[in-house]
Amino acid sequence: MEKTWNNKAWFLVLPVLVLVAFSAVIPLMTVVNYSVQDTFGNNVFFWAGTEWFEELLSSSRFWEAMVRNLIFSFIILAIEVPLGIFIALNMPKKGWGVPVCLVLMALPLLIPWNVVGTIWQVFGRNDIGLLGYYVNALGIDYNYVQDPFDAWVTVIVMDVWHWTSLVVLLCYAGLVSIPDAFYQAAKIDGASRWAVFRYIQLPKMNRVLLIAVLLRFMDSFMIYTEPFVVTGGGPGNSTTFLSIDLVKTALGQFDLGPAAAMSLVYFLIVLLLSWVFYTVMTNYDAER
Amino acid sequence: MSGANERTTRQDRVSETTASEALASAMSQDQIARLMRRRGEESRWWWIVPTVYIIVLLLPIYWLINMSFKTNAEIVSSLTLYPHQPTIANYVTIFTDASWYSGYINSITYVVMNMVISVAAALPAAYAFSRYRFLGDKHLFFWLLTNRMAPPAVFALPFFQLYSAFGLIDTHIAVALAHCLFNVPLAVWILEGFMSGVPKEIDETAYIDGYSFPRFFIRIFMPLIASGIGVACFFCFMFSWVELLIARTLTTTDAKPIAATMTRTVSAAGMDWGLLAAAGVLTLIPGALVIWFVRNYIAKGFALGRV
Repeated sequence: MEKTWNNKAWFLVLPVLVLVAFSAVIPLMTVVNYSVQDTFGNNVFFWAGTEWFEELLSSSRFWEAMVRNLIFSFIILAIEVPLGIFIALNMPKKGWGVPVCLVLMALPLLIPWNVVGTIWQVFGRNDIGLLGYYVNALGIDYNYVQDPFDAWVTVIVMDVWHWTSLVVLLCYAGLVSIPDAFYQAAKIDGASRWAVFRYIQLPKMNRVLLIAVLLRFMDSFMIYTEPFVVTGGGPGNSTTFLSIDLVKTALGQFDLGPAAAMSLVYFLIVLLLSWVFYTVMTNYDAER
Repeated sequence: MSGANERTTRQDRVSETTASEALASAMSQDQIARLMRRRGEESRWWWIVPTVYIIVLLLPIYWLINMSFKTNAEIVSSLTLYPHQPTIANYVTIFTDASWYSGYINSITYVVMNMVISVAAALPAAYAFSRYRFLGDKHLFFWLLTNRMAPPAVFALPFFQLYSAFGLIDTHIAVALAHCLFNVPLAVWILEGFMSGVPKEIDETAYIDGYSFPRFFIRIFMPLIASGIGVACFFCFMFSWVELLIARTLTTTDAKPIAATMTRTVSAAGMDWGLLAAAGVLTLIPGALVIWFVRNYIAKGFALGRV
């Protein structure tokens, strides 16, 4: 659509600007302020320069949490995206099945995140949980409270359970926008199932897939509540992701300086990723 | 000469297309349908995949519901696939104890407040982004996006200090305003997507007919994007409803959300599993209800209005 140049449009944006300034800019400035200062309590602050940043970037704890978080994000993307596409391809296209499938599949997305944690905490326990009990009954030693590997499996399965539906819904939206004529043409040409997927369905899903991958990456990169409720970051530190580590430092120990420095580094990484996302997407829009 | 050549090739191409069209029409509709059926043998079994997936999704939820109708003695003593002595005692506790049910009221209060604030602020902004170009519009739009992507953990501590300074800790409005951090950008994105689908000629015609901007916006434009407003409301509801970290940080007793109240079930006598499960089940209901109303638009909303 042709847009007209009009700087008065700023007045329409003003309410949003004020609101977001209050809930984003001021808090962020507080963080910047703390990140370069030290305190011994009683609101007495000293200039500390880049001390906290140097300490953070040389601390193995931060890098370990970062690596854990990246591994986690990549594992869940590798599972959720192909699985989501596969399920979306098998969804009914019309009839009564469509609303039923959509509503039931979207259900996990609307559960408060700590309740998701609670559900899996209970479900996976080997004394009172359906999953834990039967997995152990099958002779597999499974205990997410004590074994780091089992804790990881639980957290990953939980995330797949929680968020695969998002990928399914997005892919499905892309698929239903393909006109029937495309499929008919492919059938007449005798295209194989794979060719239909590769040359008709995948190109149509490109855009929604991009959104799905990036939303899932961002959200898994800032995951906090669900693993915190299930494992509390343990056993040991094995499931302590970046957000959990940050909250431990900031609200648990009230180490303002280190927490603020960590917040900023964390936020800058997210900012960089958002920029990549935005650029790729606007370029994609321009091509169309 | 070359002109004549071009014409003949074009004619060739035209006759080719008519030939293929004729072929296609010769293959009648039901022949095509039969071809499609033969190729898509697997289509008879299409329902297996969604059914298995939905069963997997519902199993943990069923387990929670199952537990909520059991007594603690039954939960701890043996693993039963359905409640052998069904009881609604857990639900009675929640609905009669003010410290429990006020959690639900608190949650709903700040979620609705946030929804109204976010959508009301986002409507004019989304209109500006969809209709006008102005100084710094792209940068502003990107900046809004970064707030949707901001980790709540980064903001938990500064929010606590900011709202303490204003004396807003433990009020509903504090949580509602804090959740604007990610809900306002989201609402702007979704509404902008829906508004761009409305042709600009409608605006121009209305202005020519002598409508003022506010009157045009409320009387003509808002009804046209009613579904978009519904979807934006739904997403604001959803993300405010599921968020806990910020809501928990900003509240202590008076505005404490239900999700935070649930941690109370750990007591000296051990875990009150039945009560925990019942509280969890009750948090599923609002989501399940609102989902029904927007079922056809969920995906469009998740794609930020851009499918």
